[in-house]
Amino acid sequence: MRAFEYGSPKTVAQAVELLSVEGAAALGGGTDLLSLMKDGAAAPSRLVNLKGIAELAGARRTAEGLHIGATTRLGPLADNGAVRESYPAVAQAVEAIGSRQVVTMRTVGGDLCHRPRCWYFRAGFGLVPMFEGRSMAKTGDNRYHAVFGNDGDAVFVSPSTLAPPLIALGASVTVAGPDGERTMPLEDLYRTPMTSDESEFTLGAAEIVTGVTIPEGASQNATYAVKNRQGFDWPLATASVSVSGGSARVVLGQVAPVPWRSAPAAAALAGGLSEASAAAAGAGAAGEATALSGNGYKIQLAEVAVKRAALAAMED
Amino acid sequence: MPEYTWPAASDRRLIGSRLSRLDGPVKSTGKAKYAYDINRRGMLWAVMVQSPHAHARITAIDASAAEAVPGVVKVHLIQEVGAEIQWAHDEVAAVAATSEEAARDGAAAVVVEYEVLPHFVDERRVDDAPDAQAAQAETTGDPEAALAGAASRSKGSYHAAQIAHCSLEAHGQVAEWQDEETVTVWASTQAISGVASQLGEAVGIPASNVQVETQYMGGGFGSKFSADRWGVVGVELARMTGRPVKLMLDRNQEVSVAGARPSTHSEVEAGADSEGRVVAWRSKSWGSGGPAGAGSPPIPYVFGFENQTHAHTSVPTNTGPARAWRAPNHPQACFVTMRALDDLAHAAGTDPLDFFLKNIDQTGERAQVYADELEKGAELMGWRERYRPRGSSSGTVRSGLGLAIHTWGGRGHRSNCEVLAYRDGLVEARIGSQDLGTGTRTVIGMVLAETFGLPIEGVKVTMGRSVLPASGASGGSTTVGGVSGSTRRAALNAAEAVFERIAPALGTEPGNLSLADGRLHFADGSREAMPWREAAALIGVNPVSATGANPGPGQLTDSGVGGIQMADVSVDIETGVVGINRLVAVQDCGLVLDLKTAESQVYGALIMGVTYALTEERIFDPHTGRMLNAEMEFYKLAGIADVGEMIVHMMTGPGYDERGVIGLGEPPVIAPGAAIANAATNAAGVPINEMPMTPERVLAALRAGGMA
Repeated sequence: MRAFEYGSPKTVAQAVELLSVEGAAALGGGTDLLSLMKDGAAAPSRLVNLKGIAELAGARRTAEGLHIGATTRLGPLADNGAVRESYPAVAQAVEAIGSRQVVTMRTVGGDLCHRPRCWYFRAGFGLVPMFEGRSMAKTGDNRYHAVFGNDGDAVFVSPSTLAPPLIALGASVTVAGPDGERTMPLEDLYRTPMTSDESEFTLGAAEIVTGVTIPEGASQNATYAVKNRQGFDWPLATASVSVSGGSARVVLGQVAPVPWRSAPAAAALAGGLSEASAAAAGAGAAGEATALSGNGYKIQLAEVAVKRAALAAMED
Repeated sequence: MPEYTWPAASDRRLIGSRLSRLDGPVKSTGKAKYAYDINRRGMLWAVMVQSPHAHARITAIDASAAEAVPGVVKVHLIQEVGAEIQWAHDEVAAVAATSEEAARDGAAAVVVEYEVLPHFVDERRVDDAPDAQAAQAETTGDPEAALAGAASRSKGSYHAAQIAHCSLEAHGQVAEWQDEETVTVWASTQAISGVASQLGEAVGIPASNVQVETQYMGGGFGSKFSADRWGVVGVELARMTGRPVKLMLDRNQEVSVAGARPSTHSEVEAGADSEGRVVAWRSKSWGSGGPAGAGSPPIPYVFGFENQTHAHTSVPTNTGPARAWRAPNHPQACFVTMRALDDLAHAAGTDPLDFFLKNIDQTGERAQVYADELEKGAELMGWRERYRPRGSSSGTVRSGLGLAIHTWGGRGHRSNCEVLAYRDGLVEARIGSQDLGTGTRTVIGMVLAETFGLPIEGVKVTMGRSVLPASGASGGSTTVGGVSGSTRRAALNAAEAVFERIAPALGTEPGNLSLADGRLHFADGSREAMPWREAAALIGVNPVSATGANPGPGQLTDSGVGGIQMADVSVDIETGVVGINRLVAVQDCGLVLDLKTAESQVYGALIMGVTYALTEERIFDPHTGRMLNAEMEFYKLAGIADVGEMIVHMMTGPGYDERGVIGLGEPPVIAPGAAIANAATNAAGVPINEMPMTPERVLAALRAGGMA
């Protein structure tokens, strides 16, 4: 095990400074980073604990909407009355994790920046694993890999629980780094790397997520997750739907290298939620999917997840 | 000579009652120390260097960098240059260091070079297997003619994936030498006596100089009978370094190399006559559990038909080797047979319950037990009221019922017990057996207390040490019959020895004395019964000691049980998710000692069954031959949200009790997969023929059946 330095800053500025060395890593709840370190898939030179930074903790109302600090834990977030009332899509997504231990520890920032669970990545072959010049996942066992956005060699799936519902709700993300703070649509945090040397996040060096903001405005929203195990398990596909005032967003999780925004599904729901539009949204989403050698079933699961999320939102 | 029998039903106070396990409190409070929990002064940690290749030849090993890693005390090479590795994660060397982290760094620094050889890890592609071994078909009667003449026929391919034991406590041990000739080993094992012998032989000391200690064990399921290479290496490292050494496998190793249940793939055709009697069976199977392939599952299972044939092909693969998995070969055989019979019942247009009852005589000598159990199960499940033919359920989430039957031996193994009665009133059983978490300690105490007429608190059970009177390995459902037999005989002998010891002081004959209700009774009524403690005070400073063995005089154990299980499941036909609503298990195991731990054994088996039915399988990478899911995230064990309601009924009373004690570890884990698959098939309306029944496979079955 690589020995590491440990810092516990009190301000974002201190955190950014501490992170400005090669190999430093931000530590939230540790549910991802510690397992990466145990697997040998990460060996940071310095851990910077963000949980001592007061301004990053908790949710509060701002002029822009509901701001959720990066070190807010998922459990309390999902239990928050305002979230349950207005953003059931978020609470339902957290519930689908199926582990009290995980949601008690995992932070919002940690969840948004969760590394993929791809078994080739975890085994040390990289995010875009290649074997004898070909994509290892495409030619190997890809039953849990991407069915959207998988035309390149990166076919891992984005594992974030919160990104799909938050993007569906139109959330923005705020990041802080050596050049100060910037805010962007949450979906812009993600990108599909071309090689294992590239990151799946658009964060610059020493940049950290400090929080997300869900804009004001009511919507009918919901999340549906399909799982093999009904308790603690990574979903095979999830969908989050948000519909308000003639527009809709549909974002799928666990099915693409990024949280997957489905334009056809959103178009189907823009006119309003109904059994017919829910089915059309599912079919619209599935129309964009492409199976790899062993994951065709996930296309149907994606379709059903969209349909059921829309039906659940209708009851919201 | 005492009469070596179990007490009559009217005389039992503890046997047959619900006693909570004696070690429940220490386990639930964390006071119980498992092998993994043992830490010794000056102890080193050992970690193994493993092959990253599934098939390779070692061309060079260089330990110099590892020896230089701070904290590393010793690098122990296990393999030699030129050795051929047959599965990924096979052990090449071990590194002992002052901390686990240093040992890991040391292991990573051992440089091993390999000539990589071609590997084969996907036994489903049996035609591509480099050295598949087909056995001669076993045939009775004329199955071809019988099939041709059958009034109804079924045909199907049934597949059960390879799974791992995945013991919660990984394999391993802590070893500490007392002197040059004596070593103590705290091992996570199902066989303390056997492991002591193996380790003694391996390191060149008498077996009697190896004390293996296993007070608590975190799961073995058949994978922990052997000292194993890591056991020998751990003891050797302790000797080389002169320090205690802890060597426990990590999760990756545990799942990769420390246990596998072979897969079974099969094709079956079966036929029934116009009366719904099965008259023909033709099947072939193949499977793998590593380099030795897989033995032939007993197909057809439980039933024997007049006209049947079965042929098996063993497929060696470059994967971590198979070990006995709870009821070896039975769950696979049960799945294949019961699914095929369910399909045949469907083809014959018959409710499977009626179909099984109509054919139950073809199960042989336990036919009546099965018939009784099926009726009991039907009552508990509400089968008669609720069963609908396959595919009758409609809507998105559809429900259905299924059933399966199973059998096992379970005769008590060789066991020795010494019982000591002390003058302070304590009565102690000393027995070289081990409690795997099943309740062995509790039933030993129960038998001893029953025999001495004492409450359970009045006795002590000393076990889990190889220096105690030898008992067999805990496997194959042999333990409870073995230890209860030896304990009963030893306790009866000890009671008689007590009577002989104290009779003179009481002015009576030993034959006039008996023990019950915590008191010493005088048969001739010459004296009032006296409290046991007062009587025990007459024993004197030297305790009374007596031994007992199994097998021995009198019938205290038997062999051969039958059980039936029924499942009520839901299938979401849009997602392929199978959910368990209710499981019913009806089980016979002779005389039930502790009803509570017996039922617990069945509950645990059902949960394990749900796991292999719905979620768990070993997945191998075609490129590297390594397991892709050698952890507990994607090696999926069922959780509490998956298991549904479980109803357990033990068959007891006349017809069962007089057979004596029979083991229960294996039988209830055999049928859940088959019953759940039959129920899923009934619900979905299409055959669900592959375990685990993941959404992927269920959707494929629905699609194949034109349902999705």
